[in-house]
Amino acid sequence: MNSFIEHTGKIAVLDRANIDTDQIIPKDYLKSIKKTGYGEHLFQDWRYLENGQPNPEFELNQKRFEGASILVAGNNFGCGSSREHAVWAVLQAGFRVVIAPKKVLGQNIIPAFADIFRNNSVKNGLFLIELTDSEANELMALVNAHEGLQATIDLPAQKIILQFANGSQAEGEKEFAFQIDPMVKQHFLEGLDEIGQTLKYQNEIGRFEKKHDVQI
Amino acid sequence: MPQTLFEKVWQNHVVCELPGGQTLLYIDRHLIHEVTSPQAFEGLRQTNRAVRRPDLTFATMDHNIPTVDRFNLIDPIAREQVKTLEKNCAEFGIPLYGLDSDRQGIVHVIGPELGLTLPGTTVVCGDSHTSTHGAFGALAFGIGTSEVEHVLATQCLVQTKPKTFLVDFQGQIPKGVTAKDLILKLIGTIGTAGGTGYVLEYSGLSIRSLSMEQRMTICNMSIEAGARAGMIAPDDTTFHYIANGNRPFTPKGKELEKAISFWQSLPSDEKASYDRRITIDVSSMAPQVTWGTSPGMVTDVTQTVPNSDQVPGLSPSDVEKALTYMGLTPGTRLTDLKIDVVFIGSCTNSRIEDLRAAASIFKGKKVATSVTALVVPGSEAVRKQAESEGLNKIFTEAGAQWRMSGCSMCLAMNPDKLNPGQRCASTSNRNFEGRQGKGGRTHLVSPEMAAAAAVEGHFVDIRTWL
Ligand code: SF4
Repeated sequence: MNSFIEHTGKIAVLDRANIDTDQIIPKDYLKSIKKTGYGEHLFQDWRYLENGQPNPEFELNQKRFEGASILVAGNNFGCGSSREHAVWAVLQAGFRVVIAPKKVLGQNIIPAFADIFRNNSVKNGLFLIELTDSEANELMALVNAHEGLQATIDLPAQKIILQFANGSQAEGEKEFAFQIDPMVKQHFLEGLDEIGQTLKYQNEIGRFEKKHDVQI
Repeated sequence: MPQTLFEKVWQNHVVCELPGGQTLLYIDRHLIHEVTSPQAFEGLRQTNRAVRRPDLTFATMDHNIPTVDRFNLIDPIAREQVKTLEKNCAEFGIPLYGLDSDRQGIVHVIGPELGLTLPGTTVVCGDSHTSTHGAFGALAFGIGTSEVEHVLATQCLVQTKPKTFLVDFQGQIPKGVTAKDLILKLIGTIGTAGGTGYVLEYSGLSIRSLSMEQRMTICNMSIEAGARAGMIAPDDTTFHYIANGNRPFTPKGKELEKAISFWQSLPSDEKASYDRRITIDVSSMAPQVTWGTSPGMVTDVTQTVPNSDQVPGLSPSDVEKALTYMGLTPGTRLTDLKIDVVFIGSCTNSRIEDLRAAASIFKGKKVATSVTALVVPGSEAVRKQAESEGLNKIFTEAGAQWRMSGCSMCLAMNPDKLNPGQRCASTSNRNFEGRQGKGGRTHLVSPEMAAAAAVEGHFVDIRTWL
């Protein structure tokens, strides 16, 4: 995995909760033995009409989101199956960052991202940012109000910095700070080869295997 | 310190703690299939790495194979995936239960059947329903393709220790209510993200009364509540399952005795504490039917389709989207919904007991003329068993189709699919948009409820038949 330190790009909004992996990349496009070729099928069933034409109703097909590389979505993004193809599809469609809110509903906490999707993202360099519900709402409203709004994701500083185009009302910048697991941060900063890292523990694994009876 | 079942199994598999707080966890069983493994093997080749323990890795093909005639794989890309798995297994020395094996089947059905799934082990597979194996008291969870590659190369995974969540099903399960209804009820209660970050442990007298097949149904759908794993403490029911049947990988004789006495130490200690607990009273439960596009959108069969502002935990716009997709009007009684297709199968409900339950409903009855019904056994072993009991005759005489084993219409990566707009009563685990075929509308139910819907052409409260 290549390292990720800073990224600047246009923001797109897909304000739907529980976007599952079957929507991100429908199974018809999993029948490949390769790691590439998934981007054009991202959100396939939402993105295209029966006749193969782009669906004008689908949020991400709007002209103002063309070329976006930062996606803001609803909570529990990536729930469902373990297919890593979902992460490959998001990345190969040009997105480097997904932002989603963590929701607190009484006793229930609905996370921004589903577990396996989160793991798969780290392995592939798709950067996930969790905001609070109100921050995400504010961000979505700003994107909707300012066409072509860009942001810089500054990983060392743990900040999303919005850049408003000159002449816009909110001229200048606005920031959102975010939290990140220190291990994940290091992983992104250094672009680690995780298998290579684990292979450094060959001796420990060998010793463990000797005392561990897998039949029991 | 008192420990939970999960903590005991976790602790037994810690190779070492890593700087930064994660754990290098040892994996006892790695199951692989044709869809999520090709890129992992490719990665090994590119980096010149070997498979560390081919003897702990087991392969089958299930997702994309046809169930009418499995050898007639017309889809060229599906064929390529199957061929690629055969080639990879041969090259890396991995045992494969392929299309011509009489032990082939859905990966989560054959693991337990072969005796690969044992209490206290760690089991992973590039498939989110790996949680199924937790029914034996194993720590079992789904992984992505990068992690498949990681396990192939190192037999370990780098993991952050999850939190623990006790789900206590209290009371006696009423007639007509099944394991499927229990797990749907839980998901409806805590939501599809309610278990995220946790390992669920299911307990309570009602769980103790369940067979292994039923326990697997419950653990299978843990992932639909957001939890990567669900576990049930092993007991005599578990040991009986393991000791009986044709299971080449279980310990035998003295070894088995030794194993059982170890397994008996696994259940959670009495004073063990959990990060979260919930109690669900099952004694007054009704059979469940999902009405929306996520397994949490579920209610009693006696209910009506909800209004968009009536569903706690879901925004009205998400509910509206789901209802539009499902072609439903609020206020409609669920028992008035006409069904086009019935699918009995998938790793949730395709084991021999599920088929027996469905057959008991079909017996002496006919599938409604407006309904197409498919019964797809979870494995070739299940198929043989069902045929030796004459279940296949009951299905075909009722007018249902009897198929060969595979994932089939659970995810429609093979020729079994819904057409746009078709409404399906399905025993599978996901009712996501397009899951069973583009535009298809899925309602998740138990095998009994699915069979009764096939006969009547609409949902029925199965309790009125008993
Ligand atoms: S039956 Fe369905 S859920 Fe189970 S492994 Fe197959 S595709 Fe996945």
